[in-house]
Amino acid sequence: MRHLLDTADLTRPEALSILDTAGEMAAVNDREVKKLPALRGRTVVNLFLEDSTRTRISFEAAAKRLSADVINFSAKGSSVSKGESLKDTVQTLEAIGADAIVMRHWSSGAARQLADSGWVRSAVVNAGDGTHAHPTQALLDAFTLRRHLAAEAGRRPEGTDLAGMHVVIVGDILHSRVARSNVWLLALLGARVTLAAPPTLLPVGVAAWPARVTYSLDEALEDAPDAVMMLRVQGERMGGAFFPSAGEYTRTWGLTPERFARLCARPGGALAEPLVMHPGPMNRGLEICDAAADSPRNTVLEQVANGVSVRMAVLHLVLNQDATAPAPPAPAQEDRP
Amino acid sequence: MSTPTADLPALLFRGATLASGDTADVLVAEGRVAAVGDAEPDLARDARQIPAEGLVLLPGLVDLHTHLRQPGKEDAETVETGTRAAALGGFTAVHAMANSTPTADTAGVVEQVWRLGREAGWCDVHPVGAVTVGLAGEALADLGAMADSQAAVRMFSDDGMCVHDAVIMRRALEYVKSFDGFVAQHAQEPKLTAGAQMNESELSGVLGLTGWPAVAEEAIIARDVLLARHVDSRLHVCHVSTAGSVELIRWAKEQGVKVTAEVTPHHLLLTEELVRSYDPVFKVNPPLRRESDVRALREALADGTIDTVGTDHAPHTAESKQCEWTVAAMGMTGLETALSVVQHAMVDTGLMDWSGVARAMSVAPARIGGLPEQGQADEAGVPTVGAPANLVLWDPAVRRAVDPETHATRSRNSPYRGMELPGAVVHTVYRGRAVVTDGALAEPVRHPAEGSAA
Repeated sequence: MRHLLDTADLTRPEALSILDTAGEMAAVNDREVKKLPALRGRTVVNLFLEDSTRTRISFEAAAKRLSADVINFSAKGSSVSKGESLKDTVQTLEAIGADAIVMRHWSSGAARQLADSGWVRSAVVNAGDGTHAHPTQALLDAFTLRRHLAAEAGRRPEGTDLAGMHVVIVGDILHSRVARSNVWLLALLGARVTLAAPPTLLPVGVAAWPARVTYSLDEALEDAPDAVMMLRVQGERMGGAFFPSAGEYTRTWGLTPERFARLCARPGGALAEPLVMHPGPMNRGLEICDAAADSPRNTVLEQVANGVSVRMAVLHLVLNQDATAPAPPAPAQEDRP
Repeated sequence: MSTPTADLPALLFRGATLASGDTADVLVAEGRVAAVGDAEPDLARDARQIPAEGLVLLPGLVDLHTHLRQPGKEDAETVETGTRAAALGGFTAVHAMANSTPTADTAGVVEQVWRLGREAGWCDVHPVGAVTVGLAGEALADLGAMADSQAAVRMFSDDGMCVHDAVIMRRALEYVKSFDGFVAQHAQEPKLTAGAQMNESELSGVLGLTGWPAVAEEAIIARDVLLARHVDSRLHVCHVSTAGSVELIRWAKEQGVKVTAEVTPHHLLLTEELVRSYDPVFKVNPPLRRESDVRALREALADGTIDTVGTDHAPHTAESKQCEWTVAAMGMTGLETALSVVQHAMVDTGLMDWSGVARAMSVAPARIGGLPEQGQADEAGVPTVGAPANLVLWDPAVRRAVDPETHATRSRNSPYRGMELPGAVVHTVYRGRAVVTDGALAEPVRHPAEGSAA
């Protein structure tokens, strides 16, 4: 794997390879000494052109556990307002010695542009681009789901997919890179996906996605979901006439105490106890109630922990391209003079 | 100072294929088309002999939609570089859009552009006047003063911006009637396209790019044809890009509305699928649409519902394109590839013959723009004897890969880079002078000093 730009680019074997590798990384994270020498002497740059402390520190922890040197570069605002082009920024970072660039960007497609531009030789890992893709978030969600599915089935997760699971993604699909990357990956791994949202927050053409679409969360909840993934409602959507009011949103598409109680009252198709997922940070009282946020069914913190394992796996795979599992310390190939 | 026609060598195109399909010798002398077919033997003998067997002789191309960027963005294009590109593309007249800096909303600016065009001498440059001050859509620009200026503006457009206020649009349509002007609308409902990045479709949803829905174009066209009918004025619709727009224009023409329409070369060939690359060279406004739109636009151009091809030549500097898609500038160069694209999309597909090309790229735009010295040809596209010699000799047989680095435009944002396209300009004759010979720039026309007869 040269870069990781979107889950839409992954084949099933590639996706399973990342998840299996993440499983081995998770074992490292359970050890007393949480460190592997896999990326010793390699430099990972976290280029964050949009605020995201959570994703940034997750990538930072992942790189450090693989013994990579980490450089954090954060700059808010557009390259235009900053006065430096993306091309100049990344070439500067590579001159400093970057082997991989983990980029969070406000512009959809920026990671693909960087990978295709020829501006740098570094591996590119997309840490979220505009409203387009957030592949490591989707991978950590799939990793989390797969662990629960395997535990339920009493088997090891390695090599298994998500067949038989039903995942409901709720809320602002239109502006969500998390939703997009999840739809492609969950479908690739055999899960059934339902999108529940107001019509204003669904993109034109969503009918062609590998997912069922409903305007009713209640109806989706009747369909034995194994996980309900609540998307964050962005504050800036409130004024855009996407829905009449926060109160109406919560009543219709929020995981209210009543809906959460109904979810808990019945088994999912594959899991006895359906999960509540959230990419964080949560808006308590808006898309998710306290009871759901604080419930043991809620995997938010588990997702955060798994995020480190998944990002370790991704960094390992893009920087040791011939490797499929944690390799001995010697770098497989050195493409720098 | 010499006159434009003095010292001009006569030219004899021998055995040229006319748009009608006939073969004829065409004699150019004293700046005019002296003969098509039988030329006076003495004149023909003394003329420079140009073998033209297998080459298509068309009336010089006229572009209703060009961005020359001067004044204000001379790093992207100047009148000089843009008209060199025009001549190399076979154009003998271009209309320079008003979205310069300062905006071409006063007599002073349009006269400046007009004068720069005269000084360049590669083709006629007709400045387009802004409809509203600063293209802001609020107050009418100095329409009458621009019409009365040396530039004699007849075409008014806020291109780049839509005249979205219905009252302003109505008043503009009414006002320009007093000097037989017309309003060329950039049809884009602004609120439906806030932050728009590409055609709104299944693909925009997947790519996470804000959509530019077809309805934002069609709603404005529907309103404007009704306004044009109501006030009995002339409307021209710029860069029609959707199948729905075609239907509306077809309906309006059937109703007798005075509406004309143009399509760009890129909307005749390229589709939104190219946006998958996130390469901003494919970012343009209106955006590239679907295959079904391309088909509808081709059919509409062939049947005359769409009158003309306007290049919307929109040069941009490298830095405004080598950046993130969402902040990249919108637009593509087009003057030097337009006829190749039209041959590829329309002629080689059998949708249109060369007479149709002559109509759509020369006769119709000259008529719409009110240019008596351009587009002079009969219904078959055969140049009119006695008319000013504005001609292009085209080799339809060659094929070449587009290399923007070799283009005369100052900018390199051609979406056709690396694409093999048919045809090449051999000669462009502008006011009787071969300003392009054997595909290369020769000498421009030296116009008489300002103030003398144009």
